[in-house]
Amino acid sequence: MNTGKVTGVISNLIFIEAHGAVTQNEICLIHTENKRLMAEVIRITGTQVSAQLFETSMTIKMGSLVDFTGRMLEVELGPGILSKKYDGLQNDLTKMSGLFIDMGQTTPPLDSDVYYSFTPLIKAGETLHAGDWLGSVKENWIDHKIMVPFVLKGTYTVESITKKGDYLINDVMAVLSSEKGEKIEVTMVQKWPVKRAISTFRQKIRPNKILQTGLRVIDTLNPIAEGGTGYIPGPFGTGKTVLQQAIAKNSKADILIMVACGERANEVVEIFTEFPKLTDPDTGRTLDEKTTIICNTSNMPVAAREASVYVGMTLAEYYRAMGLKVLILADSTSRWAQALREMSNRMEELPGPDAFPVELPATIANFYSRAGLTELNNGAWGSVTFIGTVSPAGGNFKEPVTESTSKVARCFYALSQKRADAKRYPAIDPIASYSKYLDYPEFVENTDTSIQKGWVAKVKKCKDLIRNGLEARDQISILGDDAVPVEYHVVFWKSEMIDFALIQQDSFDDVDMNTSLERQQYMFNKLMEIGDMEFHFSEFEEVGTFFKQIINILKQMNYSPFDSSQFKKHHKELEKALQNMREKTLTEL
Amino acid sequence: MRFKRIYTKISNITKATCTLKAEGARYGELARVNGMPAQVISVLGDNVTVQVFSGTEGVSSHSEVIFSGSPPSLKVSDLLAGRFLNGYGEPIDGGPELRGEDRVIKGNAVNPVKRSQPSTLLATGIAGIDLNNTLVTGQKIPFFANPDQPYNQVLAEVAMRAEADKIILGGMGLSNDDYLFFKNTFTKAGVLNKIVCFINTSENPPLERLLIPDMTCTAAEYFANDQKQKVLVLLTDMTLYADALAIVANKMDQIPSKDSMPGSLYSDLASIYEKSVQFAHGGSITIIAVTTLNEGDITHAIPDNTGYITEGQLFLKQDADIGKVIIDPFRSLSRLKQNVIGKKTREDHPQVMNALVRLYADAMDAKTKKENGFDLNEYDKRCLDFAKEYSRKLLAVDVNIPIDQMLDTGWQLLQTYFKKFEVGIKEEFIEQYWHEEQTINAL
Ligand SMILES: Nc1ncnc2c1ncn2[C@@H]1O[C@H](COP(=O)(O)OP(=O)(O)OP(=O)(O)O)[C@@H](O)[C@H]1O
Ligand SMILES: [Mg+2]
Repeated sequence: MNTGKVTGVISNLIFIEAHGAVTQNEICLIHTENKRLMAEVIRITGTQVSAQLFETSMTIKMGSLVDFTGRMLEVELGPGILSKKYDGLQNDLTKMSGLFIDMGQTTPPLDSDVYYSFTPLIKAGETLHAGDWLGSVKENWIDHKIMVPFVLKGTYTVESITKKGDYLINDVMAVLSSEKGEKIEVTMVQKWPVKRAISTFRQKIRPNKILQTGLRVIDTLNPIAEGGTGYIPGPFGTGKTVLQQAIAKNSKADILIMVACGERANEVVEIFTEFPKLTDPDTGRTLDEKTTIICNTSNMPVAAREASVYVGMTLAEYYRAMGLKVLILADSTSRWAQALREMSNRMEELPGPDAFPVELPATIANFYSRAGLTELNNGAWGSVTFIGTVSPAGGNFKEPVTESTSKVARCFYALSQKRADAKRYPAIDPIASYSKYLDYPEFVENTDTSIQKGWVAKVKKCKDLIRNGLEARDQISILGDDAVPVEYHVVFWKSEMIDFALIQQDSFDDVDMNTSLERQQYMFNKLMEIGDMEFHFSEFEEVGTFFKQIINILKQMNYSPFDSSQFKKHHKELEKALQNMREKTLTEL
Repeated sequence: MRFKRIYTKISNITKATCTLKAEGARYGELARVNGMPAQVISVLGDNVTVQVFSGTEGVSSHSEVIFSGSPPSLKVSDLLAGRFLNGYGEPIDGGPELRGEDRVIKGNAVNPVKRSQPSTLLATGIAGIDLNNTLVTGQKIPFFANPDQPYNQVLAEVAMRAEADKIILGGMGLSNDDYLFFKNTFTKAGVLNKIVCFINTSENPPLERLLIPDMTCTAAEYFANDQKQKVLVLLTDMTLYADALAIVANKMDQIPSKDSMPGSLYSDLASIYEKSVQFAHGGSITIIAVTTLNEGDITHAIPDNTGYITEGQLFLKQDADIGKVIIDPFRSLSRLKQNVIGKKTREDHPQVMNALVRLYADAMDAKTKKENGFDLNEYDKRCLDFAKEYSRKLLAVDVNIPIDQMLDTGWQLLQTYFKKFEVGIKEEFIEQYWHEEQTINAL
């Protein structure tokens, strides 16, 4: 093994004199009195190597021995990933001893002593490629595919395959032979370097189908597609985390990967506490059964923040290769960018805007491009949908992380301070936010059949209604209530109705928190029906009074289970109020 | 005894740092330069840079540098109770030297899977907090205040009312008057036996402040984990702490990010605030801090990064209409309130709270309208009247009532100024708490 010795320490940047060839991004281990501390090579200048330490550096002595492992940062892939709580380097946090995370402590990511029930999917003699399915095991309730290792290049013939039964993850499930006659034993576990995308699929196509999140402002107004990308920027406290968790709880994804990157420990504790108690609305199983959490909270080693998002993405790609619908959420990608900045500054690199590294836009673009809807070699479909939060400095979107992300993410959920201050949650700005998928013809076509004909056109009409409402509001506040035609008030209040009944959604209410697409469709049509109605009020004060009543009824409907007697009662009230108004309008005309 | 490594050849001196050639130095270890405490902040081969906490005034190229071999630490034991210490953990109260286990400050992070969800209500009697921004033990939250606001008084008031086994004060750049104020408050309340104070006043060297939060949190961890106590940590003023960080970064020629702050500000602050924790064994650390603002600007890097780290913020504001300091309901937030409101408090709590704040927002819109010279409509006028009462009865920091009474007051205000459909509260609560006979129809 290649070695070196420590020549300098500045915080978590370690300088090493190497004794042989070193590879960029190689992992090295720094010897301290009784531990080996993990670091990643981030610069090589001749024999001078700089490495970022995934720990604190207080115990490192000058001259300490360094082992270069010859391997990049890798994850272990195999059954047992689901329900796990990993740190940013895929150590299983639950297996760690003690209340505090001792320096240099590592734990195995998978359980070598758990039996999985294996069913072969192929027969001896078949030819296969990397990523092809050899067999399947039950992981929680999910059919976890055991695949031909992704690192294998070329064609392989199956020499033998294990028969149905219970096995440990390190047992040999199949023996493959390469074209050259090399024999390869395949277990349930394989390794993969996190910074490289797993791309054993046949093709990646444009997303065309809605991924339901249960949030009206997303599904109805700004839908995200299976295999799509989205980002949620917003000043602190505007609801990024709550929104992401709401998406996590209600989305119709098969697998959920949550990356807590440089954020609060209590927020992951909340996930740990709640997810085992929550049922997945889609399958009726508990939510933690389909979830893996990767947490590198803000007080955990900064260098591992970057690793954490890549670990998460790699796990997502792994499950996608099994033909599953994976949703990966990262909170917050800005902390990852900041970690890159800290390191770049320490290395005294020439900085880009706001002292971020110049390659930041490329790094972000590369990461988002790993999401996608893929057709596997066997014709099955799998997807990775990625939604990241962004925490812009000073809440100003004109900063490098937000701007770089805007160029690659297809859905934009802008959280507004003003809406959050007014407790209009989720504080998604209805005008600034968008989903580019609404402009994809294949997506439009899909909604025509899966929801209703002309759906997207209606959504766009609704957006116009909101926009007009806000313009009317501006006019009213510039000119005064009396100085504008009463019609302006109607336009404004119609948009308020959309805001209160569609956009706003109480993530802490058991009923309101999740709206099925069927219910969204029903309510949306109802709202647009009112939006299309003509009203004649004699005086502007009447407008507000009427719409407040309507809004109140609509909110009560949102709080009642769909089609329950309560719901029907409020529905009747609504119809009555509308009918009265129609009659009044008629007589006044 | 350990071999002392002594050097007397300093090659480079800045206002805060010295660089010298030395063997075997470790990043983070303590040293003394001319007898003054210092800490190693960079080792490159045999080039070692130390930061001198008191500044390098009087240091010459031949000054003596002694390395201690170990990072800053605090002697922890029950003997800490009642003591006043400086940033190095040395007594400033004339009492005996500390004894106990020597613990390196800035200890390891708690394993997130070993934390418990903070869900024990921490009541203060202040409705601006308990009603709108309910706190729980294990939370971290700062007061955002302008320098002219009585933030230390409010902080002390909260500390005295909150239920805690220990109160640990970390004072950074405290004015001597405020230091004495805290001391008097603790003495008068007869709680000296349950406080520990780490004090750096404005008369002490600014860099010494850098050690205060870690010292404070180390003491807190001792009581919260070893002794399983409920610990309340007060940190004031974190803006002065961050300023000291900027000085060091600047002297190290680091490229500053926003507002001349070091790029690592987020991680630096997070490592302190994340010491707040609820342990499963019942011990907890709650951190209430003060971040002073420059003319209310919360986009400045210090409050901005703080807001991204803490679990909400309490915004102090002068309400000219009632002539009192209030907790601003818009910019203030307690993110952990969800864990208790409506669960540990009355079930109508979340809805009443939200309705009141929403209507207060309407009032502020009406106010703007009025200031812009427009006529107010009947609803606007009701809102304005409501806002004044709400501010006086619930938002002012001098309120001291139990939470149920806050809720009752809230309902009373709603009924006085609004109609049922205007408050947007779930029907079941309206049925239960809206008492017709109380309604004074303002129309
Ligand atoms: N949909 C919602 N319904 C009700 N309250 C909400 C909602 N979203 C956010 N909030 C309130 O706002 C608080 C802050 O939300 P959240 O923690 O998601 O903010 P954030 O944008 O992630 O902030 P940070 O960037 O600091 O992490 C929550 O604790 C909650 O009180
Ligand atoms: Mg957040």
